[in-house]
Amino acid sequence: MQPDISELKKKAVGIRKDILKMLHLAGSGHTGGSLSIVEILVALYFYKMKNDPKKPNWPGRDIFLLSKGHACPALYAVLAEKGYFPKEDLWGLRKLGSKLQGHPQMGLAGVEISSGSLGQGLSIANGMALAARLDGLGTRIYCLMGDGETNEGQVWEAAMTASHYKLDNICAMIDFNKLQIDGFCCDIKDMGPYIHKWKDFGWNTIEINGHDVGAVMKALDDSEKVKGKPTVIIAHTVKGKGVSFVENKAEWHGIAPKKDEYERAIKELDEELKKI
Amino acid sequence: MNNKYEMVPTRDGFGKGVIELGRENKNVVVLSADLTESTRANWFKKEFPDRFFGLGVAEQDMMGAAAGFALMGKIPFACTFGVFASGRAWDQIRVSIAYMNLNVKIIGTHGGISVGPDGATHQALEEIALMRIIPNMTVIVPADATEARKATIEAGKMKGPVYIRLGRSAIPVITKSDAPFKIGKSDTLREGKDATIFACGQMVYESMVACDMFAKEGISVRLVNMHTPKPIDRDAIIKAAKETGAIVTAEEHTIYGGLGSAIAEVVSQNFPVPIKMIGVKDRFGVSGEPDELFEYFGLKPANIVTAVKEAIALKR
Repeated sequence: MQPDISELKKKAVGIRKDILKMLHLAGSGHTGGSLSIVEILVALYFYKMKNDPKKPNWPGRDIFLLSKGHACPALYAVLAEKGYFPKEDLWGLRKLGSKLQGHPQMGLAGVEISSGSLGQGLSIANGMALAARLDGLGTRIYCLMGDGETNEGQVWEAAMTASHYKLDNICAMIDFNKLQIDGFCCDIKDMGPYIHKWKDFGWNTIEINGHDVGAVMKALDDSEKVKGKPTVIIAHTVKGKGVSFVENKAEWHGIAPKKDEYERAIKELDEELKKI
Repeated sequence: MNNKYEMVPTRDGFGKGVIELGRENKNVVVLSADLTESTRANWFKKEFPDRFFGLGVAEQDMMGAAAGFALMGKIPFACTFGVFASGRAWDQIRVSIAYMNLNVKIIGTHGGISVGPDGATHQALEEIALMRIIPNMTVIVPADATEARKATIEAGKMKGPVYIRLGRSAIPVITKSDAPFKIGKSDTLREGKDATIFACGQMVYESMVACDMFAKEGISVRLVNMHTPKPIDRDAIIKAAKETGAIVTAEEHTIYGGLGSAIAEVVSQNFPVPIKMIGVKDRFGVSGEPDELFEYFGLKPANIVTAVKEAIALKR
């Protein structure tokens, strides 16, 4: 069943509001890269993936790995919205005793891997995909990485493994927001013709606007149709998407909104909601 | 080295053990980073080609893939040389394996200077230290091939990450195939009252030879095969401290952070007695034949004898 796109758009705005509230209450965390992946997660969790919040470890589920672990506020907000745990838990982000750690830790319902040290998710996805194939499972494995994250050599080791083993049950996704902590990716360490790198590593590539929910949904559907090779969806995004003074600002990589900033951001998002 | 014992490399014990496990449990899979024959992973590959996965020269990727297999209920054995397993992929082991307490077994062969002519880059002298400081990790250093086979099987049967340190060279098989082996429980090979030697890996054999030398001198030395540096057998250590009052540790590893340090941590906090440590003294290895290198680095029975006498002399 095709969900109502405008409903998903509203959901995305709601998720952004939750992310900002979590980060504001926590007083620290990663704002920019959380806001840039919202539509990707919404399309995965509310459209594409087979999963059941009541049975988080159901063997028939599809699996999502957040390799760019620092963007976990977005994942937590989506998991809560989906019903994996109560929404109130979100407000304990980064606090002592909370399962919502500063970077994802297994043990929180819906979190499939602990992550935070960049570049490790795709290798894990490969192992899962090979195991699923061995057991004849139809599991699809989605692995979301940041563009800056792909500076890590391990990502390219894993890219070779996935294409060598023809892991068509893997769909990698790149949050291509063009910024990393120190500034623009192209200034820090220019990765050149990015999409061609993945093609040369033997991957099927799809390039989309990562804030167009419909485009993300279609790309996810298309990724399933390609057999014999893994697919990477390169999603062009805006770091800090949805909040004017956060958008495209590298300095917002690892800070949380203060009270006035939070209030201004919510005001902007409420305006956005009215337009949908 | 000695014709009293059969000579077999400990990596062969892994090769045998993992096949036995594979026959018992279809969830056992083996991963290799381009050192399939050297690590004896090829023995498993030959019998179970569908459950063997080559990852190329990419140890970090291999550890991540192993984590993925474990998350799906498999029991992966990730095999490469100890230097690359413990050093090159340390953060992957820390975050992708140990932090999630995943059921991954890491096989680090070619540990220690007994690698021989390949020299320092390939002689792992830091793995016990690097691995034992990671929470959830179990570290095993089998004394011979028979024990390596048992360690492999027991590691496969327990839950959680395990690092097994193995060697390249053929060394004496000193344990019996029917002797019990329990992870975390040391084996007292010789009883004694004047001092205790705690050894692991090939140093257990070297220490046995040292003990034979003591018998002639009328010194009574206990010898304990401490095959599991982590979790360490605290009871055996405290008992030895109380009953023998002097301790010598012997390992083919840097004296920093390894078995000796692990034992000193227990002794100093529970029942302080003098400790002397035999090991490689804060330096890199060099090329040479294994036996020459044991001499060069002071890991021979004569060195152990001296250390025991020094430890006894330090008793108050």
